[in-house]
Amino acid sequence: MSVLSCSGLSRRFGDVQAVDDVSFSIAEGETYGLLGPNGAGKTTTISMITGVLEPDAGEVVVAGQPMSTSAIAAKRLVGYVPQELALYPDLTGRENLRFFASLYGAARARVDHVLDVVGLADRAGDLAREYSGGMKRRLNVAIGLLHEPRLLVLDEPTAGVDPQSRNQIMDNVRALAAEGMAILYTTHYMEEAERLCDRVGVIDSGRLIAEGTRRELVEQLGERDRISLLLDGDLAHAATMLGGIRDVKSVAVHGHGLELVVDDARECLPVVLSAVTSNGVVVRSVEVNEPNLETVFLHLTGKALRE
Amino acid sequence: MRHALLIALRDLRERARDRTAYVLALVLPLGLAGVFTLILGNIGGDGEVFRYAVADADRGVIATTFTDEVLRGAATGGAIELRTASSAAEARAMVDKGQATAAFLLPEGLTEDVIAGRAARIEVVGDVDAPTGTQVARSLAEAYTGRLAAVRVAVAATVHSGVTTPPADLAAEAAASLPSTVVAEDTTGRRQLEPKTQYAAGMAVFFLFFAVQSGVTGLLDERRIGTLARLLAAPVRRSSILAGKLLTSVVIGVLSMTVLIVASSLLMGAHWGHPAGVGLLVLAGVLAATGAMAVVAALAKTADQAGGWQAVVAIVLGALGGAFFPVAQAGRALEVLSLVAPHRWFLRGLADLAGGGVAAVLPSVAAMTAFAAVTCAVALVLFRKVVRP
Repeated sequence: MSVLSCSGLSRRFGDVQAVDDVSFSIAEGETYGLLGPNGAGKTTTISMITGVLEPDAGEVVVAGQPMSTSAIAAKRLVGYVPQELALYPDLTGRENLRFFASLYGAARARVDHVLDVVGLADRAGDLAREYSGGMKRRLNVAIGLLHEPRLLVLDEPTAGVDPQSRNQIMDNVRALAAEGMAILYTTHYMEEAERLCDRVGVIDSGRLIAEGTRRELVEQLGERDRISLLLDGDLAHAATMLGGIRDVKSVAVHGHGLELVVDDARECLPVVLSAVTSNGVVVRSVEVNEPNLETVFLHLTGKALRE
Repeated sequence: MRHALLIALRDLRERARDRTAYVLALVLPLGLAGVFTLILGNIGGDGEVFRYAVADADRGVIATTFTDEVLRGAATGGAIELRTASSAAEARAMVDKGQATAAFLLPEGLTEDVIAGRAARIEVVGDVDAPTGTQVARSLAEAYTGRLAAVRVAVAATVHSGVTTPPADLAAEAAASLPSTVVAEDTTGRRQLEPKTQYAAGMAVFFLFFAVQSGVTGLLDERRIGTLARLLAAPVRRSSILAGKLLTSVVIGVLSMTVLIVASSLLMGAHWGHPAGVGLLVLAGVLAATGAMAVVAALAKTADQAGGWQAVVAIVLGALGGAFFPVAQAGRALEVLSLVAPHRWFLRGLADLAGGGVAAVLPSVAAMTAFAAVTCAVALVLFRKVVRP
C-alpha cells in the first residue's frame, strides 16, 4: 500500500524551475532514497511533501490525505527531520520534545519513549545548546518520531555527525521501516543510501531522472558485478567449469587469474569458490567489484554526489 | 488559539532564561528613571521650592500688585521662596551665584507704560542650570502680563462706553483686583505629572518598545535556527504561529510594565493613578508597541537587522513622544508631530488620569488602540513572506 504518492510535482522560483514534474511513491515499510547534487531540487520537493511549500502543479497524497500548506490532517501523518538542526537551544532536550509533542497532540509518554530510542534519556534535562553535534542530530530525529508518523521524511539526518551517532540513527531508521513506517531519506553519503534504501530516485536539475533498486539502476547502465580470482592451477579448466554456473554471465582469463561477470556477486561468490576449490585449484586472492550508486549517479548526472 | 498559546508559552519559557531580557525590560528603565529623577526631579519636585528674586524699579501699582499679590501669594502658599533685590544688577548677581533660580526685573515706568497702553514687559532672568524653575518663572510673568492685556482691553472698552472715571483710576482698580491665584492656575493644570511619575512612566514606555521586540522578532529567529520549517510542517495554522509571536510580545510587555509600575511606586514614590485607568493605558500601550515593532520586524530580513531598525524606531518614537522630556517644551510643530507616537498618548493618558477619573484615559486608549490595529494589520500582511520560505 502506498503511503506517499507524488505526481507531477512542479515548483518555480522566478526564472528557476526548481522542481519539474516529479512523480514517485513510497510503500508502507519502504525506505526511499532521494539522491541529487546540491541545488537539484531535493529540499524543494521535500518542502512540498511536508506541506511547508505549495506546489505550482501536481499533488502530494499522504495515506489518502491530500497535502497542502493548510492540510492539518495530512501534516499529522508526516514526521519531518529538516536538514538544518531545528532545535531550541535554550530549552532542554525534554522541553524541546514536549513542545513539539503538544503541537502534534502526541502523548507525553512518547517523549520518554523517543528519548530512549535515540539514546538521550540520560541527558534529557540538559539544554540543547550543551549537546554535542551528534546528540543534537539525534534529538533532531527524535522530534520527527514523536507522533508515530506514517511517513518519516529525513533530510540529510546524519550530516556532520560522529560515527556512533550515525550508526544509531541508521539503526533507528531500519527499525522504524521494519515496523512499517514509510521513510523518505536524502543523504550525501552513498553508502548510507545503499545500506538503508530499498529504492532510490536520482534527481537532477529539478527532474527525477532515474528510479529503482540499486541493482535496477546499475543494470540500466549496463554495468554488472565482477569477481576477480587469482588462482594456482588449471585456469582453462576452471574457466570452463565456472562458465557453467547459472549466475555467471562470462569468464575471461587474465594472466594467472580469472574475471567473472555475475548477476549478484554476494550471492554467487560462495558457489564460485566452492566450485574452484573442489577441483583442486588454489585461490590466492578474491576481489569483488559491485557497481555502486556513486557510479550510477556519476553516470546519470555527470557529477559526484557531494558536489 | 491553543497552538498560539503553546507557541507563546514556549517563547516565554525561553525568554525567562535570557538575562538580557530582564536588563532591558526592568533594570534599565528603573535605573534610568531613578537617575533622571535624581538629576532633574528635584527641580519642582515634591516639596521643592523655587527661589526667586524680584527687583522692583517701578514701585507703581502694576509692579506692586505683581510682587505682593502674585509672587508673595505663591510664597505664602509654599510654592516659592521670594527675596527682594534692591536693583536689577543685584537680582542678576543672585541668579549668577545660584542664590536664586530666577529673577523678575520690573523696570521703571512699568505701571505708566501699562496704563498708557504702551508696550511693557517683565524681564525674567533664569539660571541656565535650572531650566524648569526658569520656565515656571517665565510662566508666572506671562500669565500676569496676559491678565494685564485683558485689563487694558476692559479699560478701553469702559472708556469707550462713556464712563467718566479717569482711565488711570480704572486701570489701577482693575490691576488691584487681579487674582492672586494665577500661580496655582499655571502649575496645577490637569495635564501635569509630577517629575518622578513623569520619568518613571517615560522610561517605562520607552523601554516597553524594546521589551516587546523579542516576541515579534521571534519569527525571524525561528527561521535562523531552522525551527520555522518544523513549525510550518507541523499541524498548526500559520495564523496561529503569528498570533503566538504577537501574544509573546504582549505578555512580556504587560509583565514588564506591571513590574515597573509597582517597583517605581515602591522605590521612587511615583504616583501612576487609578489602577483601572493605568491598566487600560498599559494594555493599549503594549498593543501599540507590539504593532510598531512587528511592522519593523516584518520588513527586516534577519533578527539582527530587525533589532537595529527597531532600536532606531523606538528611540525616535520615544523622543518624539515625550519619553525623555515634556513635549510641550519642544514647540508647537513637534507637539503636533508627537501625536503619531504612542508614548505621547500614554503619557497624556496618565496626566489626564491624574487630573480626572478613569474615563479621562479613554481618548488616549482609543488613539493607541487605533495605532495598534493599523500596525498589527500591516505586520500580519508583511509577515506572510516570512512564513513562506
